[in-house]
Amino acid sequence: MFAYISRRLAVSLLILLTVSFAVYVIFAFLPFDPASLTCGKNCNDPGIIEANRRRLGYDLPFFTQYFLFLKGLFFGRTFGEGAALINCPAPSLGYSFQQHACVTNLIGEALPVTFSLAIGAIVMWLALGIGLGILAARFRGRIVDQLSTIFVLIGTSLPTFLTGLLLMVFVVIRWHLIPFPSGNYTPFLENPFEWAQILFLPWLTLAFAYAALYTRFVRSSVIDTSNEDYIRTARAKGLTESVILGKHTLRAALAPIATMAGLDFAGLLGGAILTESVFNLPGLGRLAISAVVKYDLPIIVATTLLAAFIVVVMNLVVDILYAYIDPRVRVA
Amino acid sequence: MTLLKVENLSVDFPTPDGLVAAVHETSFEINPGETLAIVGESGSGKTVTNLALMGLIPTRTANVSGSAIFESHDGQIDLLGIDRNDLRKYRGRDIAMIFQDPMSSLHPFYTIGDQIIEAHQIHNKVDIKVSRARAVELLEMVGIQGADTRMKSFPHQFSGGMRQRVMIAMALVNNPSLLIADEPTTALDVTVQAQIMKLLSDLQKDLKMAMILITHDMGVVAGAADRVNVMYAGRIVESANVRDLYANPLMPYTQGLLTSVPRMDRPHTERLTAIPGQPPSMIALPLGCSFNPRCTRKSEVAGSRCQTQMPELTLRGHEHFARCFIGEGS
Repeated sequence: MFAYISRRLAVSLLILLTVSFAVYVIFAFLPFDPASLTCGKNCNDPGIIEANRRRLGYDLPFFTQYFLFLKGLFFGRTFGEGAALINCPAPSLGYSFQQHACVTNLIGEALPVTFSLAIGAIVMWLALGIGLGILAARFRGRIVDQLSTIFVLIGTSLPTFLTGLLLMVFVVIRWHLIPFPSGNYTPFLENPFEWAQILFLPWLTLAFAYAALYTRFVRSSVIDTSNEDYIRTARAKGLTESVILGKHTLRAALAPIATMAGLDFAGLLGGAILTESVFNLPGLGRLAISAVVKYDLPIIVATTLLAAFIVVVMNLVVDILYAYIDPRVRVA
Repeated sequence: MTLLKVENLSVDFPTPDGLVAAVHETSFEINPGETLAIVGESGSGKTVTNLALMGLIPTRTANVSGSAIFESHDGQIDLLGIDRNDLRKYRGRDIAMIFQDPMSSLHPFYTIGDQIIEAHQIHNKVDIKVSRARAVELLEMVGIQGADTRMKSFPHQFSGGMRQRVMIAMALVNNPSLLIADEPTTALDVTVQAQIMKLLSDLQKDLKMAMILITHDMGVVAGAADRVNVMYAGRIVESANVRDLYANPLMPYTQGLLTSVPRMDRPHTERLTAIPGQPPSMIALPLGCSFNPRCTRKSEVAGSRCQTQMPELTLRGHEHFARCFIGEGS
């Protein structure tokens, strides 16, 4: 098990290095001059542009730039000198001239928002998707199953921006079930109640789409597993139906759900762009999208790398978790 | 005393194409300690018969009728009439079952120790340590080396033959009076088959347990069974003591089964003969005797009786029954 984990860690590091290099290549060879982008739309002063180029190190050869970027991740980085010195401590992901801030700080503000959004949503959709999926499998062909099919159909066909807007219009504006969100994200530690109140509709929006997928997946996984020979063995032993379902069927049926949930969670942490935009949440998705619109290259590189990092880490977590759930994987 | 007396057991599956009569008015008995073999091709109803007895056929998908009076540890019960929830108390305790494919019959996520202990715990209100000791005892009994440490092993860490031994240990953990073995050696290598059959018959003698052995292997039947029921298309077509059946098979289907396996006591130059044709579709059974389209001896029966009339299962000798017009009434 230890050898397995260390091997996986080494591979993960290699993947991250490759991704960072690839992103940096794109960054360096895009047909934009990163230096002229630093000085605003109507800026034509070559002096300022050249000064910024030197300050941010864009005048250095490509590999030197990439090396400095990597070095900054571990040891921090300074830009410029004298009174205009900017210090971005480790892990430095560069400096956004447009936002006048170290990228790491920007991400540090956005990540908790996205994390709060993702964690609440995954709890909701797992509860709903697994619960409904099991019910639909258990009462296959009956009314619960038919209702779940309708739910799956609606959930998978409605795009999140539409779900979000519909929820907004009906739950908040028409029916006044929830007060209008102030639009300002409140950290959990500051006021948990307000935190949950602001995030409730975004959670619901995301959970609705994912829960539909999970319901369908859990239903078929539970049905497939109930047809396994070892479930017949469990029945022949004289176990009650609830023990057969709870202990024997679900353990095997839900194992693949762990993988799915881990990767979906990772995907969301990279930024739930649509949901964050609809509900005006200052998360990673919105940070990335505004950077793309404004060609704020350091932020684009950083958010892409972060998303890759999260996916790689979650993959590792999921694989280790899966080895724990399914003993057959452990020896491999 | 009879351990199990099955009368007029029928199992029908309604399908969109029509009613499939998987088992039709089957009756048989089994005495304590006896081995009854049920022989037949795939789809002849041998497995369905036993799943019905265990209450393992979903009531939603099938109609099960008839009676099966079983002498359980707390008196006589009708396996087919009793409530499913009550039947659960006898499954795994009075009647245990082992299956064809030991590869897929054990839960891949739990250690074999956990699975055997679980089988003991359901039916015995004892401390888990007692169940554990019992599990180790059983694993030793079925010939697993280092039983105590192997308790922590997962099914995938065993070979096929070893897994079947584990299945047997799990089935016997509550000392059942009847073991239903559904093709226990079909998925195993020939050498392992012999070991498993030897193990089963040794254990059966030691534990004085009756066994219903479902198989299509006439070699296994000859070595292990006391009585044999031959099934074809959901009906018993011949039933006899194993010696009588091998010495004097009456029904052409049984004769066909016996001549299709190689035998040591025949000249090795003799060619094996196969039964021509395919088993019939269970939805559209042929009129008359279900076997008539494949029967090579139907010309011996006057007229077209074989094609129009289903023969009855009649007594032909000492405890020897056959369903055939040939030799009937002689």
